[in-house]
Amino acid sequence: MQKEQDQILNEVTSGEYKYGFYTDIEQDSLSKGLNEDVIRTISDKKGEPEFMLEFRLKAYRHWLTMKMPRWAHLNIPEIDYQDQIYYSAPKQKAKLKSLDEVDPELLETFNKLGIPLEEQKHLSGVAVDAVMDSVSVKTTFKETLAELGIIFCSFSEAVREYPDLVKQYMGSVVPYTDNFFAALNSAVFSDGSFCYIPKGVKCPMELSTYFRINAANTGQFERTLIVAEDNTYVSYLEGCTAPMRDENQLHAAIVEIVALENAEVKYATVQNWYPGNKEGKGGIYNFVTKRGICKGDNSKISWTQVETGSAITWKYPSCILRGHNTTGEFYSVAVTNNYQQADTGTKMIHIGKNSKSIIVSKGISAGRSNNSYRGLVKVLRGAENARNFSQCDSLLLGDKCGAHTFPYIESDNHTAVIEHEATTSKIGEDQIFYCNQRGISTEDAIGLIVNGYAKEVLNKLPMEFAVEAQKLLQISLEGSVG
Amino acid sequence: MSTITNISLEEHFLDLYRKNSSDIADNSAPLMNSFRENAIARLEELKFPLNGNEAYKYADIGSVFKQDLVKTFASQKISFNIREIFHCDVPDLNTEPLLLVNGRFYNNGLKYKKLPGGIIAGSLLQAANDYPEIVEKHYGRYAGESEDGLVALNTAFAQDGIFIYAPPGARMEEPVQIVNIMISEKGLMAQHRNLFVAAEGAELNVVICDHTLSAHSFLTNSVNEVYAGKGSQVNLTKIQNEHNGSSQITHSYYHQEGDSNLVSNIISLHGGFIRNNVNVKLNGEHAENHSTGLYLSDQGQYIDNFVFIDHASPNCFSNQLYKGVLDDTARGAFTGRILVRRDAQKTNAYQSNNNMLLTNNAKIYSRPQLEIYADDVKCSHGSTVGQLDENALFYLRSRGINYREARLMMMFAFAHDVIQNIKVMSLRNRIDDLVNKRLRGELSRCNNCSLQCG
Amino acid sequence: MLVIKNLRVSIDNQEILKGIDLEVNAGEVHAIMGPNGSGKSTLASVLAGRDLYQITSGKVLYKGEDLLEKSPEERAKEGLFLGFQYPIEIPGVSMANFMRTAMNEIRKYKGLEPLTSSEFLKKMREKKDLIEISSSLTNRSVNEGFSGGEKKKNEIFQMAMFEPELAILDETDSGLDIDALRIVARGVNNMKSPLNSTIVITHYQRLLEYIVPDFVHVLYNGRIVKSGGKDLALLLEEKGYEWVRSESVNM
Repeated sequence: MQKEQDQILNEVTSGEYKYGFYTDIEQDSLSKGLNEDVIRTISDKKGEPEFMLEFRLKAYRHWLTMKMPRWAHLNIPEIDYQDQIYYSAPKQKAKLKSLDEVDPELLETFNKLGIPLEEQKHLSGVAVDAVMDSVSVKTTFKETLAELGIIFCSFSEAVREYPDLVKQYMGSVVPYTDNFFAALNSAVFSDGSFCYIPKGVKCPMELSTYFRINAANTGQFERTLIVAEDNTYVSYLEGCTAPMRDENQLHAAIVEIVALENAEVKYATVQNWYPGNKEGKGGIYNFVTKRGICKGDNSKISWTQVETGSAITWKYPSCILRGHNTTGEFYSVAVTNNYQQADTGTKMIHIGKNSKSIIVSKGISAGRSNNSYRGLVKVLRGAENARNFSQCDSLLLGDKCGAHTFPYIESDNHTAVIEHEATTSKIGEDQIFYCNQRGISTEDAIGLIVNGYAKEVLNKLPMEFAVEAQKLLQISLEGSVG
Repeated sequence: MSTITNISLEEHFLDLYRKNSSDIADNSAPLMNSFRENAIARLEELKFPLNGNEAYKYADIGSVFKQDLVKTFASQKISFNIREIFHCDVPDLNTEPLLLVNGRFYNNGLKYKKLPGGIIAGSLLQAANDYPEIVEKHYGRYAGESEDGLVALNTAFAQDGIFIYAPPGARMEEPVQIVNIMISEKGLMAQHRNLFVAAEGAELNVVICDHTLSAHSFLTNSVNEVYAGKGSQVNLTKIQNEHNGSSQITHSYYHQEGDSNLVSNIISLHGGFIRNNVNVKLNGEHAENHSTGLYLSDQGQYIDNFVFIDHASPNCFSNQLYKGVLDDTARGAFTGRILVRRDAQKTNAYQSNNNMLLTNNAKIYSRPQLEIYADDVKCSHGSTVGQLDENALFYLRSRGINYREARLMMMFAFAHDVIQNIKVMSLRNRIDDLVNKRLRGELSRCNNCSLQCG
Repeated sequence: MLVIKNLRVSIDNQEILKGIDLEVNAGEVHAIMGPNGSGKSTLASVLAGRDLYQITSGKVLYKGEDLLEKSPEERAKEGLFLGFQYPIEIPGVSMANFMRTAMNEIRKYKGLEPLTSSEFLKKMREKKDLIEISSSLTNRSVNEGFSGGEKKKNEIFQMAMFEPELAILDETDSGLDIDALRIVARGVNNMKSPLNSTIVITHYQRLLEYIVPDFVHVLYNGRIVKSGGKDLALLLEEKGYEWVRSESVNM
């Protein structure tokens, strides 16, 4: 029984990364290295206004004074920041008039990934901004959205077309001084998505950005900015994949969300960057700063993430609950296998009265991986009646992996109620036996149990993503019981 | 003496060590002296845990050590009769307490207290000379690997403390009581070192009470090393009752062999700055550890408990329960870390931290942490911050119990959860009483002290 | 004993009691019946002094004094007892300590000496036998780990101990088997005297077979829509609350 389980586990954990191909398309790349000239060149290539260049340079100069954070429960090898390419873009014509002008290789790439860029081919009403190597390739359904006044476009386009909005909100939630990776991103980011929901508009379709790293030796630095005006609603999805390469690639992104009065923003991520091979070679270093601010009263920001990829994940999608009666939510499933390392969690900063937050984190560790939850719940003095509930569970599959929980609770208000619970468990042999007895194979049983375990989080994903995420979990893990 | 404000703390203490090394050595035992040079080097390397030190994230160690305090290394002559000025609130215990005055064993004519079963209790300095084979086997063995600069600081300076040894199979009826007294004409710093050894199958019960008897600033940086041999049963209770001008940092290292059972209770009633580090190593199968703490603080008091449980062997059990009530502008911190090592399968480890804030100026920081490398384990932790349950308060009031009394009853019930873990019955009842008094504000910091120093 | 005049009560701006009038004299047993959500428990809680509610208008006189002015403990000391629908668990507070504290607070208020341990224990034993509550229950924490039925019996036990002037029993019968119901009823009937009054709040007529009320009131949608003698309860049992609903539409 034990042997059989091990074997199945092996088979499943050796499941190949199916997005590991790369596309041979002509690239417009800078040479390796980072200095002020490189930043000027990036800004120049993107035809940016002066304020952007200044922002980048300020960020760069600040970055030079900073050190890479070492507090996470991660073993991060030295990264030579001069040995990276900071700009690489699929070569394309100056401006795309229609889809016909998109490089067919590119279209094919996204088709392979299951993200058709032709609108008519799209099954459900999901508007996609496809970003390859940090450059937005194509945004679908733009016109449909424009009719409602919704702006959904690449970040570069937003800088050109809506500089005032960008100026007002960029860096307002994640300032470039925030941390080492945020500073780096602010200096060199090449593109990303921008989304603006005008007052009173409920966005009728899911908005989605699909990130793809393609070029070798290239860092990916995109940033996303979502602004939801009063009385709005938007649900946003983010997906990502990368080719299998032996060397590690750097990804340092920023996502900023601003929710004004009565606005609700849901942000879901299925992170499936290349995790490296079974021996731990290659894979993406994923250092991401995601933060939203519930600025207006009664606003709500909800983060849902399914993290299965990357060699190293350093990521804490957070909520600043500034307004009264605001709500922050964080639902996470993080799976690590082989030699993957993840240190992920959230921060809930309660400032407004009656602010509420919920944290549900489900960590699943297999192979020789290490998976940590790290979270901060901070209640400031003025946050009367703040409430937090956190549930952080870990599931260990095998005896060579690690599962860790590092919550921080800081309360300055005596009317606040904070509850944190955490458990660690493994899949019980009796559970598997019970399934076997009912005719379910061990492999399927593990899939069932893991999915059941993660269900609370998966349920928060939009339908189309939930199914994909479920499959992804199974692929990342199947049979991982030792 | 150089003022500490101008130079680093490390420099200050290294300088202090160099200038006083002969005094330190002359008034201690050769065995303890043999650890000092290493400790000094270790302090230089590890430094003081100041800003940015994760383990001391909320504790302002800098201000505590920068106080202008007298540090003496020669034996002091204290010529009063301690019984006349001091009567500890705690004991209804039959035995005479052992006294530590300003970190040194207070010899009232008795070198060692000898208890049935061959149990010896007395001065560590003395024991290092009289029982070298026992002391050598354990001294510095459990605290020695510490990454904490303050432990190295203690090892470099500690000259004396309490030594207790329970030989194999020894049984103990009444606990040994140790009373730590700080008394001085000027602000004073002391660093003592205790070593308790329970040999195989022995039983050891110890109560430690901390008191300040004069109104000066005091700083204690002490280390306790406790060895719980195979199948031994060790019960430790510490009652902290010092005034608001005192600072106390206690580093406890509990080394537990297989089948041992160690219960540690820390009851913090009063104190300006309290930091309790509890480090437990479960070094043999079926070892069991219960670490509990209760902190009741008000005014500007700061109480910080840091518990680290190292499950280094399979089939062990650990349970942490820390509860606190914080009033006025008091601040509290709790960090509990459970480490389950790779092969420590079948570990059961639990942790719970519950806090009650009574005012909007009180603060609590809680870090319940798990670090787990084995899969067949049952681990859980919970942490809560909240207030008294309004429904329960109403229930009590609807039976005629007034608001204040109802609140007290519930706070007491909240606290009793911890107290009921104290194994020695007579002690438990006394502590219940003390906590009750403390919650009612009837326990003054110098209770029963005839000095009435205010 | 108790006079309620046009009592209106809201919670979170939603009106629950919409003008209650009720008069209970010494020696009387009143039953208040009504469907779920009619406001029965709200009325009981407000009388005992729970501060979750906003009293928007009306008056309550208890023994001639303004009841709503008083704190919950003052009301208790004045002899008002609420038997909770859902008795609260209070971990760590022992039943004995709790009862004794409450008992002596009440005695102090009345200018009586506190009971000595032996007097208190003697009284506990007496009442325990009456209510047939097991000794082990009184050794535990308040209501902690008690079954639903035990909690209800515990309420009646406390009532017997405190000997209140006005007892309000909020759905004390729900969740009780027939034996427990008899015991509860015995407790109530035992207390009956020309000086004491009882308000029995219940959903079903069943309890009223054992505790015979002098008056029955039907509470519906925040108002007392019908009052009568004990026959009203039978009528209600027979016709159901649907009948009241249609009746009240005509009001």
